[in-house]
Amino acid sequence: MTTHTLSVLVENKPGVLAHVAGLFSRRAFNITSLSVGPTSDERVSRMTIVVDGETTPVDQVRKQLEKLVRVLKVVELHEDAAVERELALIKVSVRPDVRAALLDIATAYSANVVDLGPETIVFEAVCSPGRLDALLGQLERHGTCEVVRTGLIAIGRGSATITDQNPAELAACA
Amino acid sequence: MEVTGAQALVRSLECQGVDVVFGLPGGAILPAYDPLRSSSLRHILVRHEQGAGHAAEGYAWATGRTGVCMATSGPGATNLVTALADAYMDSVPVVAITGQVPTAMIGTDAFQESDITGITAPVTKHNELVTDAERIPAAIAEAFHIASTGRPGPVLVDLPKDILQATTSWSWPPALDLPGYGVPGPADPERIAAAARLLHQARRPVLYVGGGVVKSDSHEPLRELAELAQAPVTTTLMARGAFPDTHPLALGMPGMHGTYAAVVALQECDLIVALGARFDDRVTGKLAAFAPKAKIVHADIDPAEIGKNRAPDVAIVGNLRGVLPELVVAMRTLVNGAGRARTADWLATTAGWKRAYPLRYAQESDGALKPQHVGEKLSAMTSGDAIVVAGVGQHQMHASQHYTFTKPRSWINSGGAGTMGFAVPAAMGAQIGRPGELVVAIDGDGCFQMTAQELATCAIEGLPIKVLIFNNGFLGMVRQWQELFYEERYSEVHLGTAIPDYVKLAEAYGCAGLRCEQAGDVDAVLEKALAITDVPTVVDFRTHDAEGVFPMVPAGHANDDIVLGPEFTAAEQQAAARREVIAS
Repeated sequence: MTTHTLSVLVENKPGVLAHVAGLFSRRAFNITSLSVGPTSDERVSRMTIVVDGETTPVDQVRKQLEKLVRVLKVVELHEDAAVERELALIKVSVRPDVRAALLDIATAYSANVVDLGPETIVFEAVCSPGRLDALLGQLERHGTCEVVRTGLIAIGRGSATITDQNPAELAACA
Repeated sequence: MEVTGAQALVRSLECQGVDVVFGLPGGAILPAYDPLRSSSLRHILVRHEQGAGHAAEGYAWATGRTGVCMATSGPGATNLVTALADAYMDSVPVVAITGQVPTAMIGTDAFQESDITGITAPVTKHNELVTDAERIPAAIAEAFHIASTGRPGPVLVDLPKDILQATTSWSWPPALDLPGYGVPGPADPERIAAAARLLHQARRPVLYVGGGVVKSDSHEPLRELAELAQAPVTTTLMARGAFPDTHPLALGMPGMHGTYAAVVALQECDLIVALGARFDDRVTGKLAAFAPKAKIVHADIDPAEIGKNRAPDVAIVGNLRGVLPELVVAMRTLVNGAGRARTADWLATTAGWKRAYPLRYAQESDGALKPQHVGEKLSAMTSGDAIVVAGVGQHQMHASQHYTFTKPRSWINSGGAGTMGFAVPAAMGAQIGRPGELVVAIDGDGCFQMTAQELATCAIEGLPIKVLIFNNGFLGMVRQWQELFYEERYSEVHLGTAIPDYVKLAEAYGCAGLRCEQAGDVDAVLEKALAITDVPTVVDFRTHDAEGVFPMVPAGHANDDIVLGPEFTAAEQQAAARREVIAS
């Protein structure tokens, strides 16, 4: 599947998420993942939206997002020019005979143990999406109980930032 | 200066230059109705909130100014939704003010609570639930700014009752806080030059003119451009009147029920210059087969329309108010330098199509009354000077086809949304916006019954609109599709012509009621109707119940499959399919 990653700066106001989510459903755009969080400017939130490029015209997504009054900026981050990460919490059932193998896998993927019980371990992993999929594949062979993923977040490589690209676009209207 | 939120609302509307508000009060919006009494605003008390919404639209269509409607929370607000959706589809500047339950009760399923900002998010350009009385002036100013600039559209401002009752300080003008909202600046001069070059080089160009030309008041430069380029012009349902139907370069309306000349010119042209149009499915037919030989110049104020349906060769993002005069200048330079456009053969071809395949219907002098005949008679009698309003369906198409439009803002209808019941309240709004002018709603009997209650409003407010009901006793367009695509299996489309008695209904509402059943009486009845200027007038035209709208491109078909209709011979239809003109 080809995906496109959009970084979207929005005003931190009530109803913004509903407007964005509503736009996707109304225009039949398919979202692969969506994550939202605050930025260093408390008036602004940042969304990272991954869309399915096979079913969804990404150029239309960008233009339609830009039409939303509370959306400040939309930038597409290309995989080769961005760092992409996703956090996952993975609960795995452990039998004594596989405990060591599981911990070896976790070490190989730099996953941390964040909960250790008599029957389960919870790993915390922060990886690129592809690496995370690989980790989950490894763990699943031993019986994964539950997985929760944050969805992708991404940031452009190099010195450019989302706010200093095309600053004119951010200028308030007269 | 200390004021209540409600006073701030009313003052904001006054400062915004609003002269009329269409609305209906209720519990949550009550505080706003108190300061309204002593304000300069004229409030038109509608009989149903949908009527308020469509009236605001009609006002906006007719004047170019933003229409305003107001309703209470819950069902009052939800009754506005159809009108807001209609305004969104047709890019009509409307501001809707709704009451909301007090902030402390939001989310508790309180009496007459509805999440109107949630409900209307997909059908408004923007909306806001105001939670601080101090923000009211800014929220109103922002609403008008957003509704009326860029691609126009509806904006809803939801005001909880306690916010309207709260005390706040008043100042005007407020600062607009819209960091994410902008409108396109001047268009790229290189794109303008490239578009002009394509137009100058084209041998078979067509100007495909949409509602944006009317909204930007660009009809004059459009005419200059068409004449300089010697390019034929087709005006969409949203743009009827943007270019005079009487002009030799006019092809009429394109699309599903467009003229043969307009539809086929688009199919055969080598260049489309789309101006404030959006390649809507009702224009393009099957998109993949639309205008297969054409390069595309697409000028629009909304960047998201560029390439949405058809990829352009030259894209111009900008307000046509600036773009069209710039195109005229660029075109004039080319014509002066390199000679006139070489379109003579093409114009001869399109003129031949116009002559050979006009809109055709058969009105027998003693036969059933044809709706097209009424449209033509009205057109002749008013010399194209009326403001014609229609809803959706056969009556709308017959009105668009058979009224000869010569001026912008003389045609108002529900285009994109196709809203039944639009015409009567929209005519009411148009009449308020343009008092003293002749406003004629052409309506279907099905449409009319959806919002006829606004006749009461029109009668009481002294708005002498004319409503010409094309009463064929059917949901006519649905009937036509059942006839053509469901082997005449008519299902739930028969309304009957006699109930209600439209003459008595009109009289009950304090209007004049007339009836016309024969072609020979049309002139006399229309003359009588047009002479009535003190009350609204309803005319029950008993029209032929099986008359269809033609030409027609069946839904989903390529525009090449255009059907001329029953008044053309098989030989003519076959010749038309070959783009040929046979001597008659």
